[in-house]
Amino acid sequence: MRAFFIALVVLLSTGPGTAGQQPARSPFETASAPAARTRLDELVFARLKRLGLQPARPSSDAVFVRRVFLDVIGTLPTADEARAFIEDPSPTKRSALVDRLLEREEFADYWAMKWGDVLRVKSEFPINLWPNAVQAYHHWIRTSLRNNVPFDRFARELLTASGSNFRVPQVNFYRTVQSREPTSIATNVALIFMGTRAEAWPADRQAAMAAFFSQIGYKATGEWKEEIVFFDPDKAASPAPTVAGSRVAILPDSTSIRLSPADDPREAFAAWLVSPRNAWFARAAVNRVWFWLMGRGIVHEADDIRPDNPPANPDLLAYLEREFRAARFDLKHVYRLILNSGTYQLSSIPATSSAEAEANFAYALVRPLDAEVLVDAVCQITGTTEQYSSAIPEPFTYIPPDQRSIALADGSIRSAFLETFGRPPRDTGLLSERNSRPSAFQRLYLLNSSDIQRKLQQGPKIQALIQARGDIRDVVTGLYLAILSRFPNEDELKTAASYAQSAGGNRRQAGQDLAWALINSAEFRFRH
Amino acid sequence: MSITRRHLIRSGMLGAAGLLLAPRAGAGRAWAAAPAPKARAKSIIQVWLWGGPSHLDTFDPKPAAGYNYCGPLDKPIPTNADGIVIGELLPLLAKQADKYSLIRSMTHGINAHETAAYSVQTGRKPGGRLVYPGMGAVVSLLEGYGAGYTGLIPPYVVLTEVQGRFSESGFLGPRYAPFATAGDPQQNPFVVQGVITPGISDQRQRDRRALLHQLDTLGTALKGQATLEAFAQGEDQAYELILGESGKVFDLSQEKDEVRERYGRNTFGQSCLAARRLVERGVPYITINFKGWDTHKQHFQAMRQRLPQLDKGLAGLLQDLSDRGLLDSTIVWCCGEFGRTPKVLWEPPWNGGRGHWGPVFSALVAGGGFKGGHVVGASDGKGEEVKDRPVYPADLIGSMYELLGLDPDTKLPNPEGLDVRLTPSGDERQGRGERLAEIM
Repeated sequence: MRAFFIALVVLLSTGPGTAGQQPARSPFETASAPAARTRLDELVFARLKRLGLQPARPSSDAVFVRRVFLDVIGTLPTADEARAFIEDPSPTKRSALVDRLLEREEFADYWAMKWGDVLRVKSEFPINLWPNAVQAYHHWIRTSLRNNVPFDRFARELLTASGSNFRVPQVNFYRTVQSREPTSIATNVALIFMGTRAEAWPADRQAAMAAFFSQIGYKATGEWKEEIVFFDPDKAASPAPTVAGSRVAILPDSTSIRLSPADDPREAFAAWLVSPRNAWFARAAVNRVWFWLMGRGIVHEADDIRPDNPPANPDLLAYLEREFRAARFDLKHVYRLILNSGTYQLSSIPATSSAEAEANFAYALVRPLDAEVLVDAVCQITGTTEQYSSAIPEPFTYIPPDQRSIALADGSIRSAFLETFGRPPRDTGLLSERNSRPSAFQRLYLLNSSDIQRKLQQGPKIQALIQARGDIRDVVTGLYLAILSRFPNEDELKTAASYAQSAGGNRRQAGQDLAWALINSAEFRFRH
Repeated sequence: MSITRRHLIRSGMLGAAGLLLAPRAGAGRAWAAAPAPKARAKSIIQVWLWGGPSHLDTFDPKPAAGYNYCGPLDKPIPTNADGIVIGELLPLLAKQADKYSLIRSMTHGINAHETAAYSVQTGRKPGGRLVYPGMGAVVSLLEGYGAGYTGLIPPYVVLTEVQGRFSESGFLGPRYAPFATAGDPQQNPFVVQGVITPGISDQRQRDRRALLHQLDTLGTALKGQATLEAFAQGEDQAYELILGESGKVFDLSQEKDEVRERYGRNTFGQSCLAARRLVERGVPYITINFKGWDTHKQHFQAMRQRLPQLDKGLAGLLQDLSDRGLLDSTIVWCCGEFGRTPKVLWEPPWNGGRGHWGPVFSALVAGGGFKGGHVVGASDGKGEEVKDRPVYPADLIGSMYELLGLDPDTKLPNPEGLDVRLTPSGDERQGRGERLAEIM
């Protein structure tokens, strides 16, 4: 490794066109200068240039493999996966990896979790879907994402479905709205599919949108907790029909449409929502995906789109919207555009550090791993499982011992770890519900809880790594690949070896301490 | 900055400004009519009887209602306060009645655990657009992080498990969520999650921390980065608790054996003792979650097992707080999310159980400015309905806020930017919104 760095330093200091460039100082970046590779990059870099901001260097392969695994499938690469990628000489290995990850089962798990937050999939108060409906709903969401159902169809099905909450899972969309008032439903729809806070709209505009959701009926059946959601033409339509029986409803963009009494107004709304002339739908979706992958929306907050909260880079947002529409609302197309860009692949070590540089994506954001991703990673490394519980004593909440947190269907299934690390309560569907500020208590938990200590002392995988035969340097390398998804550098190898030596013969304890130190490092706690 | 804010809240300045600006002032707001509150309480201990205790078997006995209501527990006992009689399994609390008052007309009418718990802990009706924070989270904001609290122990501590039926921090967000200790204070040591790890010596703690610093390659590459700076600060605070003096608050072995005995050698009793120690360290809100009150079956067996623990722990706590001069500045309140069906369910499958009962139930309040030796309100002859002076959760919580010196018009920050005040008003409110004037 060291020889490789020295070679680079020599190359850089003598090569042409590198004036002003510092050699790579760390395992986190490559020595080359950042370059716009795609149309997306051109838009980002042009904006940076106008602002006089310098983008960071490209990330190293080790940073990329860890980042893209965490961002796309919510899962840490295994030591073998990390090693294979880093050692792969193929020049197209990054885009090949992106393609592979988008087809993994964990992709569906992870994104069903993210959409489960927004759609508030939860058995308990205040959503009260109850366990069997939660399972059905989560299964539908996960399957849709796995099959990459076009996003317009996804939205339309949620908005227009009728039937039993057990048999037509999409109808649970309406059952998650705590007060089933048309205004609350409209507010919810605006947040999820238009990325905007309708609470702030003038009352008449709110009421106009609410009218599309004023004829939804709910009725119980003989089965425990089953409920039929349906279009109920007998409910007082709003606004009141004219003599001829039809009525005029006003869409959020102020255009009006005529509805006959037999028309389910939800159909009319859904048709408008996904139509190409509606700017909100695609914008909200691509901005949200951008936020999820990049850590910050082009419009920030990512679900607070309004005229007086302009995008940091309007051309970039417009480009993504166009691409999304042209690809017939193919979400994975947007993922590929972002993940294969030089912008996504920049290092997190800023060339210029400022709030403006951050808002314009001049470097990768350092942000904590999601609670679910973090606990799954710790379990993966140590070969242990997590203990979950649910306050609702129903058979549907049986949780197998090897359950991964990212694949939990139900926001009401809890664990001490998830609570501590800020898993969202799924009360509001706001993106800000997910806590991204690590607390001192989280630190305490990882540093010194008996839960973590037990995993380190008793986990079969971590024990196998620690007790591997051979040189201490091999053990250290194994731990680095499993925990930080990279090879240790020479300094790190020396430090770790001397720690083991000072621990005397107690290699096991030294190995545990080393694993403990890596798990408690900023490099592990954060996606960077 | 935050100290100034605390000072303003304390001195009622914010409240006065709020009144001047509020057009609704005087529009039937009993709270607004009260003078700017003066803080008398500094800490609150909430004894949460998780599952809902029977009011008839605890603080509102109805011996005249007969066997179908009282079962075998039909011989209530007098207390040291004139005219107050309580359940026969609470003899130690009977000797402390001068220190507490009983509210026998608590009501919200909800019979489901999660919504009833939400109602009692937030003072809000379930079902609106927002999920409100529980009282502990509000205190964590207004008396804790929002008021210059610098203690290493988080301002809202739960012994030992959170309830988990709703998100205690509500719209305030995870910063104000409780720190749940986990572990069992009855065990030695009390393994408080993260603070105490048996089997790791202090020397090893120091050694591996040094190793962590040496291997901090990303931290070095990103020196000065704000997120990582905060991360490093969190580490310093964590080690203050792990190796420093602060964490010793959880070391109950520092207490004399006779003190530990007085509280009862069981998880609840020792939780009460831990709560007192936390109060001494200035922690403003402590919840003790005492499980096991959801007694649909085998109710009376459960009462004979649970009530003596409650009796000893709570009586020990009140006595000890009083002896140490802490009761005047510490509110203790004790209730569950509802009461239980006054009429015993003798039929199968319950075979002598009690169901959920939200129409009327009881609460005990003591200290921090609450008078002792009084009864507020009454239920009817069988404990089935409120007979006199209904007290809603918001009335009780609002009274405690007042004793903390918090202005009822204090705005609570929320993600949707709505105008949310500390104490509900208008349509948000159940009942008339009256403070517990008779015991304050």
